[in-house]
Amino acid sequence: MSTDRIEKKILLRVPRSRVWRALTDSAEFGHWFGVRFEGPFQPGTPISGIMVPTAVDAEAAKSQKPFEGKPFEFVIDRIEPERLFSFKWHPFGVEEGIDYSAEPMTLIEFVLEERGAETMLTITESGFEQIPLYRRARAFQANEGGWTGVLRRIAKHLGHAS
Amino acid sequence: MRPNRAAETNLRGAAPLFAALGDQTRLALVARLSAGGPHSIARLTVGSAITRQAITKHLHVLSAAGLVRHTRRGREQLWQLEPGRLETAHKFLAEISRQWDTRLTRLRNLVENS
Repeated sequence: MSTDRIEKKILLRVPRSRVWRALTDSAEFGHWFGVRFEGPFQPGTPISGIMVPTAVDAEAAKSQKPFEGKPFEFVIDRIEPERLFSFKWHPFGVEEGIDYSAEPMTLIEFVLEERGAETMLTITESGFEQIPLYRRARAFQANEGGWTGVLRRIAKHLGHAS
Repeated sequence: MRPNRAAETNLRGAAPLFAALGDQTRLALVARLSAGGPHSIARLTVGSAITRQAITKHLHVLSAAGLVRHTRRGREQLWQLEPGRLETAHKFLAEISRQWDTRLTRLRNLVENS
């Protein structure tokens, strides 16, 4: 199993042009993703945004709430009409007080294929092996409460046992 | 029922880990490193009633149990938690993958229902 990339496929029951717009119109992208960008996407150009809770899903919006207002940067890579949209970013680049600018980014690619009136969307994110391991570890530590969470549970258990 | 060999082996393997964690000072060190590492010994000693030498000894016990490791920055030794390399890499991808699943579901909701 690769530890450098992931790939996802999703069949969307709408024409390719509709998917293309949802991906490359920065306002629409931000709408489902949960970011407000300062302008349009342009190939080879960085673009900043701030995280906002998504308007599409109330539950997801709740989990995004703690990150509301955090700055976020994409570097748009390629925009090949209705076929390929790609950008780079710092995965989980949301921790306070950390300068990510010196760290490598991962590449996210959206590839669109027509399937009659529907669209097969393939997304890959690659380059994880370049990301420092301790940084990768933080990503899920945040969710699991990390070692601190484990220790708290141990302490709680010991407290009850004594 | 046959005993679960793998589970037994895992438990035996975990004994040094629990021994290492079975000490308040060491638990506190692990908690401190997990909250924000890596740290130098000097920094780990700040605000602690324990001497630098004692902290160093505790760090080596944790290191022997595979919980922490140190790296060098110039003349300074920095200590940090030791994540299992492969486990970390796989868990990270699982988390990334889960996030894309939820994002793509939102994308689907947007394009298919509007």
